[in-house]
Amino acid sequence: MLESYLPIFFMIAGGIAFGVVMLKLNEFFGPRRPTEEKFSTYESGMEPVRTARERFSVKFYMVAVLFILFDIEVVFLYPWAVSFRELGYQGFVTMFVFIVILLIGLYYVWRKGALEWD
Amino acid sequence: MYELLHDLLGDSLLVYVIGAALPLLFVLPFAVVAVLLEMKVSAHMQDRVAYMYTGWHGVLQPVADILKLLQKEDTVPAAADKFLFRLAPFLVFMGGYAGFAALPFSSAYIGSNIDLGVFYILAVSSLAVIGLMMSGWASNNKWSLFGAMRSVAQIISYEIPSALSILVAVMIVGSLNLQEVSKFQEGGIQNWIVFGGPMPLLQKLLLLPFTITAFFILFLAGIAEVNRTPFDLPEAESELVQGYNTEYSGMKFAIFYLAEFANMFLVSGIVVSLYLGGWTSPFGDVMSGPIWSFFWFVAKGMFFVFLQVWIRWTLPRLRVDQLMYTSWKVLTPFLFVCIFAVGLILVL
Amino acid sequence: MILESIVFYSLAVASVGSALLMVTRRNPVIAALYLILNFFCLAGLYLTLQAQFIAVIHILVYAGAIMVLFLFVIMLLNLGDERKLSDAISPRKIIAGGLSLALLLELLSIFVTGTEGLPEYNADQALQVGTVEYIGKQLFTKFLFPFEVTSILLLAAIIGAILLAKKKPD
Repeated sequence: MLESYLPIFFMIAGGIAFGVVMLKLNEFFGPRRPTEEKFSTYESGMEPVRTARERFSVKFYMVAVLFILFDIEVVFLYPWAVSFRELGYQGFVTMFVFIVILLIGLYYVWRKGALEWD
Repeated sequence: MYELLHDLLGDSLLVYVIGAALPLLFVLPFAVVAVLLEMKVSAHMQDRVAYMYTGWHGVLQPVADILKLLQKEDTVPAAADKFLFRLAPFLVFMGGYAGFAALPFSSAYIGSNIDLGVFYILAVSSLAVIGLMMSGWASNNKWSLFGAMRSVAQIISYEIPSALSILVAVMIVGSLNLQEVSKFQEGGIQNWIVFGGPMPLLQKLLLLPFTITAFFILFLAGIAEVNRTPFDLPEAESELVQGYNTEYSGMKFAIFYLAEFANMFLVSGIVVSLYLGGWTSPFGDVMSGPIWSFFWFVAKGMFFVFLQVWIRWTLPRLRVDQLMYTSWKVLTPFLFVCIFAVGLILVL
Repeated sequence: MILESIVFYSLAVASVGSALLMVTRRNPVIAALYLILNFFCLAGLYLTLQAQFIAVIHILVYAGAIMVLFLFVIMLLNLGDERKLSDAISPRKIIAGGLSLALLLELLSIFVTGTEGLPEYNADQALQVGTVEYIGKQLFTKFLFPFEVTSILLLAAIIGAILLAKKKPD
């Protein structure tokens, strides 16, 4: 079992090695002429104003929360879909109830306007 | 493939190393071809001819580009978080590239024949989300951070529709392993899941509208997850300069591009293996076999890569609110209907 | 098998190391990133236990979804440096310390009693239990009720999130 995951580890190692080699080649061939201007933050040619790490809108947080909740639903759906044929009618009803309860949640979110991006 | 390598090399780790290196050997030439394709297709769609001087009709231009990027100065902004800034391109690339392990390139080759197949691809692509966020935050640049936040919000919103549309095909096949999914669709174009799969005629006709819808949504959500037009808000160049990779230069910049092209093929590969028969020949037993199956998989994949380039030059960019509207209020409800309908048809 | 123990020990060291780094970092964003590294190590450890479905879920849900939320929240609150958050010893900290101590004692008691009274699984059975088909069948037959209750839990979470985020500032 672990063997079938082995190629993945080698693939990741190979990918990292490839990236490192390319970056080293770049370091070798590329010039190195640092100036203060060059290493300042790019802000369309203006002097950088404050830091970029400002506070962010709560909208992003909303999207992330909804994503987690539906992601967990998806995690439950996958084992169901794989053994769906064997579970038959009963399995279908089970999942129907589960999804309907979550669709009530989606409807609530929709009505509350949390899906609007304004 | 692994059996062949085992016969040649015996029972050593080298077998896995070589087997695992093959996707990289595919991705690199593919990226060169894709750069050329993007350049030439977009030019001809606008009545231009693109590069003509480097080699015949400019075919060597991508190679020249790579050589040029190698000679660029590799800058790290003074205000950036140096370590994370360097790490981010790797993570973004890995998110796409590691997914190639579960793509069945031919009836004889799949990088890693794991049962979880497409579910593993979904999981590992979350690495790219973390990488994007890291690149934006580490750059300490307003454009980068905005681009990264938008990109992440977009990718996670479209991950639900894409996961649900994959599910429709999984319900029909009963397996997550893309190799098995492809095998299930053997026997010609009429057995592809987009056309209802190898079911009795009545069931097939009932399934047809829902499989076509799911197929279409999967491709759409796939484009959104790769951040390509019409979903390219994260790097909307007229407002955000280059988005999350504004501060990157030289090879790090190239790795972001390599990741984008790898993702383009990964999305096409998933669509093809789930709905369009994967490596199976459209003519049944004619032109099948390990080598032909590789040809079919790559040909189908390249067609969808071409389609993505075509869409880029046809459709305008969406607004953020339209983007969220499409994902949550259109695609997700549609897919729940598809899942219920497919479930009901299969149970009855 | 030698390969498996090499994989296990390297992952174990990496997961403990990344957890320590996570706790000791000053910058919350960097701490969160070490936590992600830790999740990947744990997923690898699940794989050595033949629990492939749990391993993939761990990456999909924890590293992919929950950590994105964490990073969003860190950026939402703009916690540049944890020193802003540090305060003197408060009752909350004492309670938290007490609970952590209780958890530590429980874990130690498990180490002492070992695996007595637990069902035995051999390697083949473990391979069976880890597959997605097995989990699907068990979940939708034996554990049907807990599964359905989960949907209520998720519904409550959706409503809670909306109430928190859409509250009108007075």
